[in-house]
Amino acid sequence: MNIIKCIHKVCAILMGTSRPMCGWVLLLGIFIYPIGSGAQELVLQRDSIITINLDEVILISARKALDYHSQPKPLSTLDEYLESSKKVDMVKRGAYAWEPTLNNMFSERLSVTIDGMRIFGACTDKMDPVTSYVDVSNLSKANIVSGQQGAEHGSTIGGAIDLELDRGNFKEIGLNGGVETGFESNNQMSVVGAELNYSDSHFYVDTDIIYRRAGNYFAGGDEEVEFSQFEKYNFSANGGFKIAEDQSLTASLIYDEARDVGYPALTMDVSLARAIIASVGFEQDALWGSLSNWKSKLYFNKVTHVMDDTKRPEVPIHMDMPGWSDTYGFYSQTELEAKKHRFLFKVDGYYNKSLAEMTMYPNDPNELPMFMLTWPDVRTANGGVYVEDELDLNGNSLKIATRMTVQNQNVADGFGLNSLGIFYPGMERSKTRFLKSISGQWHKMWMPWHFNAGFSYGDRAPSVTEGYGFYLFNSFDNHDYIGDPGLANEKSMEANTKISWEGSKLKIGAEANFFRIADYIIGEIHPSLSAMTIGAEGVKIYKNLEYANLFNTSLDMEYAVLPEFKWSGLISYHLGTDNNGRNLPFISPFSYRSGLQYDNRSFSAALRVTGASKQVNYNPEFGEDQTQAYTVCSLTFGKTFKFNNDSMYAKFGVENIFDENYSTYTDWKNIPRMGRNFFLTLSYSIN
Amino acid sequence: MKTIKLVLFIVIAALGLSSCSSDGDDTPKIEENPMEGFNLLTNIEANGHSLELYSELKTGFTTGYNEIFIRIKNNADDSYFTHPEITWMPMMHMMGMNHSCPKSELNISEDYNSVATGYVVFQMPGNTDEYWDITFAYKVGGQEFSVTETIDVTAPNDGKQTVSAFMGSDDVRYVLAMVEPVNPKVAVNDIRALLFKMESMMDFPLVENYSVTLDPRMPGMGNHSSPNNEDLTYDAATKSYIGTLSLTMTGYWKLNLKLLNTTGEVLKGEDITDENEASSLYFELEF
Repeated sequence: MNIIKCIHKVCAILMGTSRPMCGWVLLLGIFIYPIGSGAQELVLQRDSIITINLDEVILISARKALDYHSQPKPLSTLDEYLESSKKVDMVKRGAYAWEPTLNNMFSERLSVTIDGMRIFGACTDKMDPVTSYVDVSNLSKANIVSGQQGAEHGSTIGGAIDLELDRGNFKEIGLNGGVETGFESNNQMSVVGAELNYSDSHFYVDTDIIYRRAGNYFAGGDEEVEFSQFEKYNFSANGGFKIAEDQSLTASLIYDEARDVGYPALTMDVSLARAIIASVGFEQDALWGSLSNWKSKLYFNKVTHVMDDTKRPEVPIHMDMPGWSDTYGFYSQTELEAKKHRFLFKVDGYYNKSLAEMTMYPNDPNELPMFMLTWPDVRTANGGVYVEDELDLNGNSLKIATRMTVQNQNVADGFGLNSLGIFYPGMERSKTRFLKSISGQWHKMWMPWHFNAGFSYGDRAPSVTEGYGFYLFNSFDNHDYIGDPGLANEKSMEANTKISWEGSKLKIGAEANFFRIADYIIGEIHPSLSAMTIGAEGVKIYKNLEYANLFNTSLDMEYAVLPEFKWSGLISYHLGTDNNGRNLPFISPFSYRSGLQYDNRSFSAALRVTGASKQVNYNPEFGEDQTQAYTVCSLTFGKTFKFNNDSMYAKFGVENIFDENYSTYTDWKNIPRMGRNFFLTLSYSIN
Repeated sequence: MKTIKLVLFIVIAALGLSSCSSDGDDTPKIEENPMEGFNLLTNIEANGHSLELYSELKTGFTTGYNEIFIRIKNNADDSYFTHPEITWMPMMHMMGMNHSCPKSELNISEDYNSVATGYVVFQMPGNTDEYWDITFAYKVGGQEFSVTETIDVTAPNDGKQTVSAFMGSDDVRYVLAMVEPVNPKVAVNDIRALLFKMESMMDFPLVENYSVTLDPRMPGMGNHSSPNNEDLTYDAATKSYIGTLSLTMTGYWKLNLKLLNTTGEVLKGEDITDENEASSLYFELEF
């Protein structure tokens, strides 16, 4: 009966929309916001957690915050949003699909989720990080948590990035919509987005669509970076329906497709990267009396990734490299508040199928194509329990969290099993691992001082590539990589601390964390093996180092000269070495950023400077060379215009003002970053 | 009483039947065709008999190793002779000379007493001016017969080399033929080869206790090699050279070989280096 009502309502809304709403709203799209009703939603109900967790929230959807001015660059890619985080660095292989790193750790050491849903890229060469399959139009914010504090959604070493979907959440907003468009001069990128939403106290539905198209970008000095173009569109819809006062059903769907994506740092491009991400959820305010906020979700996602080298003028051999990654999962969580305790209980599980193959076409047309399975249809079944408790100890607070996970990996394809059997004769088809995590985080406040400290232990299983990869070419160090199914779990001991002083005008925070990672997984050269990829120097096999140490520290300052005028600055230093004192790859040099920002809610302006010193700790063994120091500046202006109920927001800016030709330590094969770039974005919202 | 009689009758009948079938050594089992699923290579009609030559995997005679199954039909009653005694002599008729090739004896198959099996290794295909024939001498029903038939020996369909006839550094001519793998896989494969020396134009005895080094390469992939290969060593039980061949992907593979005698002296073949991409002694595979 409820379902019928629900359908009826959807139809009614659609019909209602088609009549009074102008056709162009539907055509152009969206980004809208109900100025009147959103503001009180901004109250962060659990802000003690935020303090205790040392996490960072990147606000993506301006409509949630009504705060376009806080966004340095609306309509920029999600990658650029994440890069604005203090903790995240993005590894670039081109202009698209950057790979986030946290605490100088890559995807396999992180838990990257979309609304708590596990999803895994389908590319053996990491050309499709999870973050490339959503767009800013889908998201409200990104929660970035360091180390084991990120274990809520899955086992991790370095931390977690959870991308929260933007949704109406039964607010009495009614129908609203908006359109957005943006243009960037450097790579001729145009963006068009539209949004149409409806929300009332019983029902909401949010839809959005966004399209981006960019040509090659130009590095400083007008140097064209060939094969850096991309084209992508993304559609999403999510909705919720209250089946009772305290119960609701939710559903979400994201369809994301990128085509003709160039990767200038790699030898191949991508002709298709597609994800379908879907979920249904059930939420209930209370469970069995004392439990509250019971949320459950069933989800699946399907990722298809097709590499393409047909547009490259010179390749030693043409090859097809498609990959597929399907994940089915669930989670269910509930909370319990009892006196000084606040518990969160969560059970979750997923099943992932990862398959990738490579077909190479010999230059001699009479020879048969060469075929191999680069991911041998690995089936990962993972189930876990997560419990956290936040204790309020009169001015102190303590959070204890633990995760226990069982994971089984099974090589489903006999061809793949035989292939790996060349390296590991008699290898077992299936392997089960037990993973654990425990962390404690303590927070003490003596106004205006805050002190945080935490200790934790956690481990992770090797990724599909590390365990089962078969001749995966890494262009960074020019080696083929082979997985080892017998790798030990990587185990991390972590300590972190933060001390901060928060006055009314001045805020200063210093923080540091240290990871000692036993059985650190990294590829090591195997001199007796012969490279498969033409031109590769050799073969590396993943192995466990005895241990590696990672150290990150930063100093963060903010000074409000006036309430509207602020200065902020951040400096950070990182170090990573293995048990023999060798530098680990991809460790940031000393870096800094500083900014002046003016914002009076109708006009904003910001000047930002970012830079890094010359890289001192690098390691040629891992294909690294020294990255030079750089400093780049950007300047932006934003203005809000009102038209009766509607509003338009315009933002104009110039990045890399002095057209510096530079690359950072995260730029794959030192591809230079974008040179001077002017951008303009316009957002029009209709209420 | 009736029951006992019945049981007794059944037992006796069973004994009788089983004894009948056990002394059926000389009667071919007609109920099943032992060559079912095999390919008939040629049917030689002579002396009122049909000599049927079969192969399990090939559809014709090709250069390299050929495993042959032979049975002889009595055309008078369409029955097959059991325990035929057959010898054979393949012969290459060249412009100025004739020579034979390595071959085994023809022995009665373990499974079927009407079928004789053996192998022959053709070093070269026939052409318009030069051809192969095989002379069969056989004894059935106490009588001896003989027949010579021209056969068509071609290079394999994929044109890949699975046999090599060469002069060793010891001035002896050798023939090295690959027997396995027949269906190579992306996996660790068993590799088996036979080595003969040419004592005369007609005589090719097996060579024992030498060794053959193995270095598989993909010329189309920058001469990529594979790990965990094992050189071929002599196996007295099968009288052949056995090793291990790892193939990391499908496609065209060149198996570079070196032949070493019992003292480890290289008789043929070279190491693969950056300058030398292939050995002069090799097999080829494509799958």
